[in-house]
Amino acid sequence: MNGSPLWEVFVRSRNGLAHSHVGSLHAPDATMALHNARDVYTRRGEGTSIWVVRSSDIHASNPDEKDALFEPALDKAFRQATYFELPDEVKNL
Amino acid sequence: MLFEYVLRLGDSPLVLAQQLGGLIAQAPTMEEDVALANVSLDLLGQARALLSFAGELEGRGRDENDLAYFRESHAFHNLLLVEQPNGDFAQTQLRQFLYDAFAIELWTQLQRSSDATLAAVAGKAVKETAYHVRRSADWVIRLGDGTEESARRLHAALANLWMFTGELFLTDAVDDAMAEQGVAPLASRLEPAWRTRVESVFTDARLDVPETAWPQRGGKLGRHTEHLGHLLAEMQVLPRTHPGARW
Repeated sequence: MNGSPLWEVFVRSRNGLAHSHVGSLHAPDATMALHNARDVYTRRGEGTSIWVVRSSDIHASNPDEKDALFEPALDKAFRQATYFELPDEVKNL
Repeated sequence: MLFEYVLRLGDSPLVLAQQLGGLIAQAPTMEEDVALANVSLDLLGQARALLSFAGELEGRGRDENDLAYFRESHAFHNLLLVEQPNGDFAQTQLRQFLYDAFAIELWTQLQRSSDATLAAVAGKAVKETAYHVRRSADWVIRLGDGTEESARRLHAALANLWMFTGELFLTDAVDDAMAEQGVAPLASRLEPAWRTRVESVFTDARLDVPETAWPQRGGKLGRHTEHLGHLLAEMQVLPRTHPGARW
C-alpha cells in the first residue's frame, strides 16, 4: 500500500459536534481508508463517526500569504466577545 | 460438560489471537499491522472471559492463566482451522474469513444462551466479530479479484485450508447436550448461513467453493495437527520458565 494514495482522517469525538482532523494514512480506496482509520485512530474509543478525504482533494491556503490573509484580523479586538464589558444585570450570555 | 464446551469456545480465539500476535511488526503496511493487532486483542479478550469462566465451572482453582499456559496441546480444544500457520498474507486473511464467518453465526445464536455468562460474552463478541468479518471478507475479495499473483496465492491458501472447515460443523455428545439444555446452538445448524456468506464472498473473489473433501477433524477432542505444539511452545515458554512472573 506504499504506492496507494494518502487520505486525511476526520473523527467526530463522543461529545464533539464537528469532525476534527486527527491524522492521515495510506489506503487504495475509500472503503479501506475507513477500515484503516477505524483501526488506527479510534482504538481508545475516541469516535462516533469517521470521514476520510483524499489528501489531494484538499486545497490549502498558501503559507507565504499568511500575513495578508490573517494579520488584518489581529488588531480588531472588538470582534472578540471578551472586548465588550458585560453589564452586571446580565446573568447569562 | 459445560466446562468442556466453554473450553472449546475459548481455545479457538486464544490460538487465533496468538497467531495474529505473531504478525505484529511484520504486516505489509503499518495500517494493516495495527488492524491485525486490534483483531488479535479482541480475540484475546473473548478467550480470557471464556477461560476464566471455564476455570470457575471446573472449580479446581485454575484461572485463565493456568488454563492458557499450563495445559498440554492434547488438552486444547480449539478448531484445527485456527492452528494452521499464518503462511502468507492471503492464507492469514482467508483463515480469518473462514473462522469469522463461522464465529459471527455462533455468537449471534449464543446471545440467546440459557447461560447468562455465555450470553453476555456473546453480546460483546458479536459486535467485534461483525467488524472482523467485514475486514477479512474485504481482503479475500481484494486478493481474489486483484492481481494474478494475489489470486494465485489465495487459491493456494484455499487448497491448504478448506479441508479444515468441515470440523466447524461436526457435533458430538457435548454439542448435543448443550443444544438440549438451550446453552448453545448445534454447530451443524450454523452451516447454511456460513455457506451462504462464504459463497457470496467467493463469487466476488472469483473463487470456486471446493468439493467437500474428507474433512479433517479432532481439534475439539484434543487431537491436533503438528502446528499447535510449536505455537504453544512459544506462547507458554515465559510463564513456564518463570512461573508467577508479573510485569
